[in-house]
Amino acid sequence: MTDPTAETGTSPVSPEDPDHRSAFARMGDRRKRRIDELAEAGSLSDERGVSLWQSAWRRLRRDPVFLIGAVIILLFLIVALIAPWLAPHDPRARDLIGQVTPATPIPDPQPGYPLGGDNAGRDLLSRLIVGARQTLIVGVLATLGGLFGGLVLGTLAGGIGGWVDNIVMRVVDVMLSIPSLLMAFSIAAIFARPSQWTVILAIAIVQVPVFARLLRGSMISQRHSDHVLAARSLGVRAPAIVFRHMLPNSVGPVIVQGTLVLAVSIIDAAALSFLGLGNPDDSVPEWGQMLGRAQVFFNTYPHVAVYPALCIIVVALGFTLMGESLREALDPKSRR
Amino acid sequence: MLRFIVRRLLQAVIALFVLSVLLFAWLRSLPGGVVSALLGERGTPENAARLRAQLGLDDPLPVQYWRFLQRALQGDFGVSNGVYRGEPALDVFVQRFPATLELSLFALALALVLAIPLGYVAARRRGGMLDTGSVIFSLVGVAVPVFFLAYVLKYLFAVRWGLLPPSGRQSVGIDATHITNLYVLDGILTREWDAAWDALKHLILPAIALSSIPFAIIFRITRAAVIDVMDEDYVRTARAKGLTSSVIRVRHIMRNALIPVVTIVGLQVGALLGGAVLTEKVFAFQGIGQALAIGFERRDYPVLQVLIMFAALIYIVVNLAVDVAYALIDPRVRTK
Repeated sequence: MTDPTAETGTSPVSPEDPDHRSAFARMGDRRKRRIDELAEAGSLSDERGVSLWQSAWRRLRRDPVFLIGAVIILLFLIVALIAPWLAPHDPRARDLIGQVTPATPIPDPQPGYPLGGDNAGRDLLSRLIVGARQTLIVGVLATLGGLFGGLVLGTLAGGIGGWVDNIVMRVVDVMLSIPSLLMAFSIAAIFARPSQWTVILAIAIVQVPVFARLLRGSMISQRHSDHVLAARSLGVRAPAIVFRHMLPNSVGPVIVQGTLVLAVSIIDAAALSFLGLGNPDDSVPEWGQMLGRAQVFFNTYPHVAVYPALCIIVVALGFTLMGESLREALDPKSRR
Repeated sequence: MLRFIVRRLLQAVIALFVLSVLLFAWLRSLPGGVVSALLGERGTPENAARLRAQLGLDDPLPVQYWRFLQRALQGDFGVSNGVYRGEPALDVFVQRFPATLELSLFALALALVLAIPLGYVAARRRGGMLDTGSVIFSLVGVAVPVFFLAYVLKYLFAVRWGLLPPSGRQSVGIDATHITNLYVLDGILTREWDAAWDALKHLILPAIALSSIPFAIIFRITRAAVIDVMDEDYVRTARAKGLTSSVIRVRHIMRNALIPVVTIVGLQVGALLGGAVLTEKVFAFQGIGQALAIGFERRDYPVLQVLIMFAALIYIVVNLAVDVAYALIDPRVRTK
């Protein structure tokens, strides 16, 4: 890589020959640039040291797919956070109940109520805005629940191995042998009185085997890697190796999977409501619930279903875009 | 090879056994237990006590499980207490399965026929308009809740424009002979062309809705696989040897790129079975999906139990077949 003549300055080119000199200078520049490129690709580290995350971030902030997803999710988070102050009306107040009649079950859009009302005379726009928060809560809790279950199973299987691994993986295989939506429906149907919690639980359990496989795979691939061997030879205890040396390296794939699962959770919550397995209490609106319950009005007042559906589609797309671009940025194979 | 098949078969049998234990436990963990599930509205205390004795619910659990297994193997899963009141639960499955089979096959064929060529073309013109467009299309396809897409299709093509029938499997006026209960096939076999055409028209909208997720996933896998394979040395060698591009396309690129696609198609059967519950409900399509949807609404547990068991059985068998086929195509899998 290094050129001794260039380093020592004993260039064969005479100072009177500016053209040659500049040619050499250009070559040096090119070499530096090449090193920069290599460093950025992670195969060579410069003085600052480029970690996986730094290089991923460098790619992500120029990736339009990631940026679009990030903007959508940022807006979604802001709306969810300040929803009570953003909503023009109380989402529970039946302001328009006077206009709800058997002939016109859905109040039309009108001044002050740009999207009209729902079949209980409540402002649709306010319910959509406030619904962002509950949708976020359902998605995040379901994903965290699935991650927690997967973390326990995956760490047991990958960290201990042997017969524990065998038993855990058989359980995971069985869970994966039931189509995931069907499993979510079946779990939700166990409960006599469905609530927001049974919805979250049903979606979370379905995601457990996915996270468990991911974490187990990550652990097994690290079991014989140098940093784990080094820790072991230093006498670090097994739990400490698992938690301090192995799990941190699984964070990347887990974040990717988690982002994608968030999108799926929000969509699955809507499917559960659609089948009557969702939260029957609609005092706190949630998009999936709003969409699921709008099914009776679809042919007569499609807008009651279309608005929550659009919210779900845009947010699910935002999470998917972020997840996919993160996956690509964190994948060493695609870091070119 | 034989060892691989035997091991894989054993895994499937274990999965089925654990699944039967889970379903047994599921029926027992239901609200009010199996008695109120079986009795439904006829649940007086005297009836309940008689049924408890009759079903031997006071026996130890393993004895009960053994009895459950014996009955299940004889095809006795109890009697429906929902809309099919009095009908043996197994009959509900037998009568309705052909409809779902026909719909799923049609949807899967639709997804394959569109996704594989599109995935190939997108990969070959990576970064172009068609590639970007179809990638965005596939990302949106995953973000749209299946039942919402079904309602939109039904609203536009059936309710608004009246191009296709909005629900059911066959128009009322059609007098068709049924042999296999796959209505399109029946129409062709009996040469009742109008019946076949009518059944086909009923299939189009639900099949499009059902194929949205398999299409998106198969497209993305095909595209990624073709991109991977195109960079391989043997493709460059083939090109250098001067082989025609159609030979390279079929024998070198597609043959290798389709290997991951085969696996993912097996897994899509799960998405089809789950999605059928939602799609068949929207289109009142009389298959097992609709029976499941109604079963979840009415809490018709005997019917649900049979349908879930068979759905999982189908899923396991299909993936077993895919794994064996996979091992036949790709010898590397066998040694793993």
